Amino acid sequence: MIEIQELYKYYGDRRAIGPLSTRITQGEVVGLLGLNGAGKTTTLRVLACDLLPTSGSVRVAGLDVVERPDEVRAKVGYLPDRPPLYDDMTVREYLSYAARLRNVPASNVQKRVADVAELTEIGDVANQLIGSLSHGFKQRVGIAQAIVHGPELVVLDEPISGLDPVQIMEMRELVRGLRGAHTVVVSSHILTEISETCDRILVIDDGRIAWSGTETELSATLKQGMRIALTLRAAGKSAQATADQARAALSGLPSVREVEVLEPAEAGEGIASLRVAVSSDVREEVGKSLLQAGLGILELSREKELESMFLELLGEGHEHAGRKRRKQKQDEADRKQVEAATPSKEPA
Amino acid sequence: MRALIIARRELYAYLRSPLGSAIIAAALLVDGILFYFASLDTKRLSAQLLSQFFYDSSAATMVAGLLLSMRLLAEERQAGTITLLNTAPIRDRDIVLGKFISSFGVLTLMNLLTAYMPLMVYIRGKVSVGHILVGYLGLILLGAAVTAIGLFASSLARSQVVAVIIGAAMVASMILLWVVARAVSPPFNTFFSGLALHHENYRPFMVGTLSFDRVAYYLMLTYFFLLSATKVLEARRWR
Repeated sequence: MIEIQELYKYYGDRRAIGPLSTRITQGEVVGLLGLNGAGKTTTLRVLACDLLPTSGSVRVAGLDVVERPDEVRAKVGYLPDRPPLYDDMTVREYLSYAARLRNVPASNVQKRVADVAELTEIGDVANQLIGSLSHGFKQRVGIAQAIVHGPELVVLDEPISGLDPVQIMEMRELVRGLRGAHTVVVSSHILTEISETCDRILVIDDGRIAWSGTETELSATLKQGMRIALTLRAAGKSAQATADQARAALSGLPSVREVEVLEPAEAGEGIASLRVAVSSDVREEVGKSLLQAGLGILELSREKELESMFLELLGEGHEHAGRKRRKQKQDEADRKQVEAATPSKEPA
Repeated sequence: MRALIIARRELYAYLRSPLGSAIIAAALLVDGILFYFASLDTKRLSAQLLSQFFYDSSAATMVAGLLLSMRLLAEERQAGTITLLNTAPIRDRDIVLGKFISSFGVLTLMNLLTAYMPLMVYIRGKVSVGHILVGYLGLILLGAAVTAIGLFASSLARSQVVAVIIGAAMVASMILLWVVARAVSPPFNTFFSGLALHHENYRPFMVGTLSFDRVAYYLMLTYFFLLSATKVLEARRWR
């Protein structure tokens, strides 16, 4: 569906992306993951033919985006990070306008608008002015305009940006609902969001694909181990005694690196909560050891550490990217200061 | 034709927003007041009064043309809605043409609403229908050229205010070319006066003289600025 080879995009002298090569097959839901400024939006804008590449080849459904942009645009639906909505139009008028712009025959426009309004659950607000809608509904209208012409490829740039938790859940369902009928590319800087909705993750860093695969593969690649969350109960004992007993039971397992006692997740006698850091997946062994020690297991689950995995993948360890950038700026300022203080060596 | 879909949407925006109505109302009011004072001079011949009307109306047309066109592309860029057009299977020239048609259509409507004044001169005085028609042709051509300049300025700026300032500067420069023409010696004086937006090229229409050179001048000027606006849009994809 999408073939990108040696793609470069420069803004003036600044390289935004490149060299970037990847391939996305038809029907896939792919998440483009990266920090702010990594090149996600530029990549998506090139896919949507909003921007033209500086060099390299981008083909969508076999069509080159430079040579046949109009045909590519007819096959792509694009939701930018800021939905392109006219506040003075009603939802129905706007979707009809978007459909007509994208080659939907006049006789079919009303049906297409009704179909996408139903799919995105905006039928109730179809006759309201867009300017009067909530952010969540505006985002839905944005998705509706992206699919109103039945595109083969749907490109969504940060579709959950600014949504509340309930709206995020609804948006996830909506994006999942696009699977099958469309190939979908979604960008986000939130790894958990991508892993919830996508079949495959493309991690983009400094304009390049840093990694590609599923969340499980990502975890395996990093060999980081995992953390196990435990809630245990020992009848007739205090929470501290339960925690001590668990710690003793787990100390015999070679994979266990650290046991941390947390605030009890539930109220009740003898209930303790722990977090166990292990170097490999030993959840069964942990469960057996605890049961053999006479402890009741109320909860045993793997904690997701996707964000830290993501940062590690980008070579930043657990250091926050913003802190790194600030440090780079400081280093640059220091360098300039030293240069300014150094007398010129050029002859007078 | 895809340009007409955009033109329809833009006309709709003019009708819904108070801006379009306010600009038209203000221009008509100024036109009416100027015509009233011009008509108080009883020594003036009716043909002179008509010429004065077309002169005054040209100023209102230029100002209204700039104000109506300032939002065309600048507002789309400011609001981010230009992405909808940029990612639709539609050529940049159709975007520009659709925008131009809407703004020019509103401006022409505004000019036609002034027709009661020349009609009064026609009924009470001695002027030919040809003078009125040629005068309106001049106004419409001038309006098209100024709208195209305003559209080009709007393609350069993100803010409507900046767009109208750029457009006004360009129109003023082109009007003042006749002053430049006076200051330079032949053959440059002919060159500059031939390029002047108003003086040399518009006055014949005011007095009812139809010149195909002048018609061609305004049509070429309009085409040049519409083409320039299209090139600006195309260049933005490569930037």
